[in-house]
Amino acid sequence: MSSDDGRICSGARAIITGCRLVAAVPFRNIQDAGVLKRQVPGRQPMRIPDRYRLNASKGNLPLRWRLSQEAIILVVAAAVFVVAGGTLSGFLTAENLVAIVRSVSVLGILALGMAVVIIGRGIDLSAVAIMAMSVAWYLELLNGGTGDAAAFASVLAGVLAIGTINGFLVAYAEVPAIFVTLASGSFVFGYVRSQVISQDAVPVPQDHWLERLGSTRFFDVPVEVFIFGALGVLTFVFLRYTKWGRYVYYAGDNPVGARNIGIPVRPVLVLQYVISALLAFVAGLLTAASLHSINTRIVNSTLLYDIILVAVIGGIGLSGGRGGVRNVLVGAALIGVLLNAMTIIDIPLLYQNLIKATILLGAIVADGIINPRDEQTAQQGDI
Amino acid sequence: MKHIKTFVAAAAAMVFSTFATGTFAQDAAQDPGPIAYAKALNGKRVMLVPMTMGFDLAQGWAAYIKKEVEAWGGIFETRDPNWSVDAGAQAITDAINSETRPDVLIVHSPDLNSYSRLAKKAQQAGTYVILVDNPTNFPADAFVGSDWDRLGQLEAEAAIKGCGENSSKKIGLVQGDQANASSLYQYAGIVKVLEKHPDFQIVAKPDSNWDATTSRNVTTTMLQQNPDICAIIDFWDGDATGAAAAIRDAKLGGKVFLVTTGGGEKSADCDRIEDGTYGAVVMTDLARQSADINAIIKFLLQSGQPAGTSSTYIYTLEKATTKADLKPDSCWDLKALQTSAQ
Repeated sequence: MSSDDGRICSGARAIITGCRLVAAVPFRNIQDAGVLKRQVPGRQPMRIPDRYRLNASKGNLPLRWRLSQEAIILVVAAAVFVVAGGTLSGFLTAENLVAIVRSVSVLGILALGMAVVIIGRGIDLSAVAIMAMSVAWYLELLNGGTGDAAAFASVLAGVLAIGTINGFLVAYAEVPAIFVTLASGSFVFGYVRSQVISQDAVPVPQDHWLERLGSTRFFDVPVEVFIFGALGVLTFVFLRYTKWGRYVYYAGDNPVGARNIGIPVRPVLVLQYVISALLAFVAGLLTAASLHSINTRIVNSTLLYDIILVAVIGGIGLSGGRGGVRNVLVGAALIGVLLNAMTIIDIPLLYQNLIKATILLGAIVADGIINPRDEQTAQQGDI
Repeated sequence: MKHIKTFVAAAAAMVFSTFATGTFAQDAAQDPGPIAYAKALNGKRVMLVPMTMGFDLAQGWAAYIKKEVEAWGGIFETRDPNWSVDAGAQAITDAINSETRPDVLIVHSPDLNSYSRLAKKAQQAGTYVILVDNPTNFPADAFVGSDWDRLGQLEAEAAIKGCGENSSKKIGLVQGDQANASSLYQYAGIVKVLEKHPDFQIVAKPDSNWDATTSRNVTTTMLQQNPDICAIIDFWDGDATGAAAAIRDAKLGGKVFLVTTGGGEKSADCDRIEDGTYGAVVMTDLARQSADINAIIKFLLQSGQPAGTSSTYIYTLEKATTKADLKPDSCWDLKALQTSAQ
C-alpha cells in the first residue's frame, strides 16, 4: 500500500509501507484502517472524525449507537423477562419474582466478592472451596460438641487466614492470582474433606440459629434476599465512596502507576482477597441455613464458573479496573431470569445448559462486534 | 476262662479298632472346602472404586467388604475419585497396570459408558469386574445393586398412595440428570406405573443435577406453578434436602408427600422419615447388598473361570419405607458401622 494509489494508512504501518501518514492515529485495528481506506483522496486536508481520535472511546461505531456489555446483557435479560412474562403463566407473580432473586442470592453474594477481586485485576478460584469447607468445618465442630461461639470464632479466624494468605502470596510473593487461589482452594477442600469431616454432607444441628435464619421471612421474602441486598449496598459503598475502595480500581487499572503515586497497592490486594473470603463464608452460611446442611460436593460443581460468569457477563472486565456492583446485579439478573423461565417451561437440563451457553455466547459476540478490542482498550493481564 | 480271655481280647480289639477306624474316619471326613476356599482366596486383592468415598453407601460397602475380605485373608483397598470421572478412570487404569493388580475390581460407575473400555481392559488383564449400584452398557462379571426401573415403580406407587384418591393427583419429579443410568431407569419405572394410573399426571420433571440448591430452586418454581401438587419424587436423598426446603418454604409441609431414594443411612433417611421431611424413602438394604457383593467375590475367585466369562445380575430387594412401617432396624447407622469395622 502506498500513497500512489491514493490510500492512506497510519501509525507504524506508514514507516513500513511508506504510505502517507495523515494523522497521529496510533496502532488501531484493521477496521479503523478499513474505514480510513474509504476516504476519497484529494479532499485534503482530511478531517479525522472525533471518534477516531486518540482519546475517543474504543470501537468503530458512533458513541451514541454503542452499548456497553452491561447494557447488552441488560437488554437480553429484559427481553427474556418480557417474553417469559408474556407467555408463561405464573412468571410475573410476586412469589416467582422473589424466587428468581432468591435463586441467585448466594451466587450473587459470591459474585460480589469475585467482582472486588477482578476489579483489582485478580481472580479468586478458591471462593467456592472456602464457602463450602468453612461452613462444613463449622457444622462439624458444632456436631462434635464445640460451643457455638468458639466454633464460629475459630472458623472465622480460619477464613480470614486463608483470605490473607491468598492476598499475601499474590501481593508480596507476586505469584499470579490464578495459581495461588487454585492451589489454596484445593488445599482448603482437601484438608477439611480429609482431616475434618467424614462425609460430603454435614447437617446443621437441631434448633441451631442457622435453621431459624433459614426460615426467617420479612414480608414473605426470604432473608437471603435482604442479605444479598445489604451486602450489595455495602460493596457498592466500599468501592464507590471509600478511599480503599477507590484504591482497588487504581490498583486494578494500573498497578505500577498506582504504586508510583503512593497508593499502598499490596495491602489493597490483600484486602480484596480477605473480602472475597468473608463473602464466601456468608454465602456458605446462607446455603446451610436454607438446606439445613452443607454438601461439600458443590466444590466440584460448575458454581465457580457461574460466579465468574455473572461478574464478567455483567461487564466487569477480567483486565481489571472496570465495573462495579451494578454489573454483578445485571449478570445475576440474566442468569436468574433465564434459569427460572427454562424451569417453568420444563426444559431438560442438557438443553438448559445449551440455551444458557448460546445466549451468553451471543452476548459476548455482540459485545465483541460493538466494542472491539484493540491495543488501546486491551490491557496486559487481559484473559 | 479262655473264652472269656478271648472275648475280652476281641472286645478290646474291637474297641481299639473302632477307635482306630474312628480316627481314620475323622481324617477322611476332613472337609475339603476350607482348604480350597483358603487356597482360592488367600492373599487376593479386592479394590473398590466408588464415585466418591464421601457418601453413605460407599462408606457402608467399604466397611462390610473390608470386614469380610480381611477375614478370609485378602487385601482390601479403596480409591476415592471424589466425584471426578477422570480421577476414577485414572485410579482404575493405575490399578490394572500396577504390580499389585487387584483380582477383583468393584466399580461404582458414574454413567452408562465412561468406564466401559477400562472395565474390559481390566478383564483382559485377568481382573474380575463387579459393578455396584449404577449399571453400565458393559457386561461385567456381576452387577450388584438396585433394579432402578423397579425402584422407580416403587417410588411412583408410594407417591400415588401418599397422594390418595381425593387429591389433585398431580405429581412433580426432580430428576437427577440425563446421563446417569440410575436417573434414566428410575424415570422409566415411574412412567410405567403412572401409565397404569392415567388419572395421575406428571406436571413437571426438572433436573437437579444431584445438587440440593438446584433441587430447591426448581422445586420452588414447580410448587409456584402448581401449588396443588400432592407428591414430589426426588431422585436421590443427597439432593432431596433441597426439595424438602422448598416444600418447607412454601409452607406446604404435610400437604406435599415427598418421596425419594437413598442408601438407608439413619441420619440421611430414617431420621427424616421420622420428622416428616420425607413421606417415603425407597431404601437400599445395605447389609444385604454388601453380603451379595461379598458372595459374588468369593464365587468368582473360586470359579476358576477367566474374567469376563459370565455376567450375573444380582438385584437388591428394595421397598418403600414410610413412617407407618418405620422400625428401629429399618436403617443402618454409619457411625456405628465404622466403629465396628475398625
